[in-house]
Amino acid sequence: MSHKAIVLYLHVHQPYRVRHYTIFDAGVDHRYFDAPYDDRTNNERIMHKVAEKSYLPTNRRLLELLNNHPEFKLSLSITGTAIEQMEAWAPEALQSFKDLCATGRVEIVAETYHHSLAFFYSRKEFEAQVKMHEKKVQEVFGQTPRVFRNTELAYNNDLAYWADKAGYKGVLAEGWDKVLGWRSPNFVYQPTYTDNIRLLMKNYKLSDDIAFRFGDRGWAGWPLTADKFSHWLNSTDEATNFNLFMDYETFGEHQWDDTGIFEFLAHLPNEWLKQEGNTFMTVSEVIDNFQPVDRVDSPQTITWADTERDLSAWLGNSMQGASIHALYELEDKIKSTGDLSLIDDFRKLTTSDHFYYMCTKWFNDGDIHAYFSPYENPYDAFVAFMNAWHDLRFRLAAKGIDA
Amino acid sequence: MRILMLGWELPPNNSGGLGVACYQLCKALSRKGADIEFILPYKADHGIDFMTVTAAHPQGVSEILKSGISYDSYKYVFSDGRVETHDIYSQVHMYEDAVAQLVQQRSFDIVHAHDWLTFRAALRAKQATGCPIVLHVHSVERDRAGGGAGNPLCREIEGISFMLADRIVAVSQHTKNMIIEDYDVPPEKVEVVHNSIDQEMFEPLEGENTYKYLAAMKARGYRVIVAVSRLTVQKGLPNLLHAAKEVVAREPKTLFLIVGSGEQYFELLSLAADLGIARNVLFTGFQRGKRWRDAYAIADLFVMPSISEPFGLTALEAVGYGTPSLISRQSGVAEVLRNALKVDFWDINEMANQITAVVQNDSLRDTLHANSYQEFSRLNWNDAADKLLGIYTHHVSHHKGVFA
Repeated sequence: MSHKAIVLYLHVHQPYRVRHYTIFDAGVDHRYFDAPYDDRTNNERIMHKVAEKSYLPTNRRLLELLNNHPEFKLSLSITGTAIEQMEAWAPEALQSFKDLCATGRVEIVAETYHHSLAFFYSRKEFEAQVKMHEKKVQEVFGQTPRVFRNTELAYNNDLAYWADKAGYKGVLAEGWDKVLGWRSPNFVYQPTYTDNIRLLMKNYKLSDDIAFRFGDRGWAGWPLTADKFSHWLNSTDEATNFNLFMDYETFGEHQWDDTGIFEFLAHLPNEWLKQEGNTFMTVSEVIDNFQPVDRVDSPQTITWADTERDLSAWLGNSMQGASIHALYELEDKIKSTGDLSLIDDFRKLTTSDHFYYMCTKWFNDGDIHAYFSPYENPYDAFVAFMNAWHDLRFRLAAKGIDA
Repeated sequence: MRILMLGWELPPNNSGGLGVACYQLCKALSRKGADIEFILPYKADHGIDFMTVTAAHPQGVSEILKSGISYDSYKYVFSDGRVETHDIYSQVHMYEDAVAQLVQQRSFDIVHAHDWLTFRAALRAKQATGCPIVLHVHSVERDRAGGGAGNPLCREIEGISFMLADRIVAVSQHTKNMIIEDYDVPPEKVEVVHNSIDQEMFEPLEGENTYKYLAAMKARGYRVIVAVSRLTVQKGLPNLLHAAKEVVAREPKTLFLIVGSGEQYFELLSLAADLGIARNVLFTGFQRGKRWRDAYAIADLFVMPSISEPFGLTALEAVGYGTPSLISRQSGVAEVLRNALKVDFWDINEMANQITAVVQNDSLRDTLHANSYQEFSRLNWNDAADKLLGIYTHHVSHHKGVFA
């Protein structure tokens, strides 16, 4: 009997959203991230809502599953900005994540502290943010991540090469057809030009059945039950691992409680483990247990977003390009000040969500963008961000630095 | 002399220069003894004591609610509880019907109507009472359409009204030329009465400028160019951004402040990013009061790149608040303000050339302002009021001569 493992990996993230920050605030009020409580961009309120609707109920069920099924395991990545906001506004949610980790069967995945696209703009800043995240995870969860994921699963050969040299045993990517070709995502791979590292590629069809289509009554697969889903997996002969990668907020936030998503989660281990040989593995375990079946070459950058699976949701229009370039141009000058609050604000602005909110791809993907944005339109997001950028420049000028 | 004035907006409920011009003109007229009743399509408190302001309600309406500026839809609440919302065109009709009722209960010598929105009402008043009508043209449809043909319904109203008017008043020679060209009106029927400026309207610049960031950047060698404008096709702002790109390429420490709102907002934001000058262009949205005054005051140069501007009061406001102007030759204000930089709206290179010159030479900025301020100080509405009173007198006596 061959083994088949579900590799459930959930990504937890909350950005520091920029408030309605105007040119009249620039040079006057340097608080970009604290909107009034009832504003759509208020981070505290969003954290309260997400903790209540998603983190707490989901973790309660995950802990039950971990307690009831010794074979149930999962992997999590939690950004530094999400951990910080939980520390400030939802300590009980953070505790519930710690409780999961305390079972010894939850693995934390490495990433940038600020969920940034720094890999593509500043390798120095990127490595600093990865280090910051590692330190935070050690402090909060008592473990050192061994597998890396880049923001939005943005991946290419360079990233794999970097992660290999940095000593990670694995890296995560989207199992995009254009990269995999005829191959299946349900195996372990190795990136080209690397020595040791392994590549786990998301099975986006199965992952998106849960993350995007679960509550869609127009979908042929609706209603999706745990036994139906297990049946789909069991009838896939050629497979060692099913990489179900998704946003953690799928549970309770993107798919609301009334879709039955929590029931699905609660029953999945039971249904899946009914068949002998079926199990769950964390991302490290699956790398330890299976040999790579092939090398995968990805000279182009792929992500897990939109129908294009590229960075166009973050960098597709000129507003996004202008604002991200303007920001990274300030990096060296800001760091040279040694002003920790200035550096911290700079880093909070590197979070990729700010650029995502400026996306103008309204068709097909636009609906999902609109759902995730606290702004009325991408232009408001751009203006607020640029005004904050102007204030960074003001703060540099106040220290005698022209930028 | 009793004058029935038909207008669409007055401050503080104005969307732009039309309301300001009407207000100041009436104030100057009333000081010279004119007895004015001003009919508006909405009810609001304007704090005006020099004339009677009346809301023209359609029959049975108990309340009119504006959703935004005067060109948005209105909600009419009728005394029997019915609620109707009306777009601009049906409001024009309702206003016309209301005025037709209203003139039956009034005695007046002449009707003076401002812009196409009120022209149908003026025609009805003339039809009902036989009084002379003066049509005051603050803009024609070609202006508002940014040089295109525009809305044929508006053009039709303008064309027929011009034909039936006793006299047409244009706010500039530029506008008079367009009336003659577009509507085949004989030149002698059109009188140019330039808009002016009321020095008393200028509130003093008090306290610290609200654009603290811009002030700080100026102290570090930056220069600020401001446009105060509705963000609409008529105003020619895309050309300003193209010119801005050329300026920034030569003088990177130049910031452009765009004050106003309108349907081109998103387009202009994207264009600034496309041109690679997103960090040099700041948008404030629509502003009033101190933030509006301070925008003029913080700037080194005010730019009005309009494709077609019947007058262009903002250029005078800028001078009043301490900033010289670069104005398009296709504007009426270019006829009254000699000490201003002038450029054809399409000439992006020349626009960039002149802005760069101001950025590079504070002496140019200061000389330009000192001289334009002298011109500004001499401006008032008395000449305009005198001209209008002359027109009134001529037509009223002519009318009485015929019908007496």
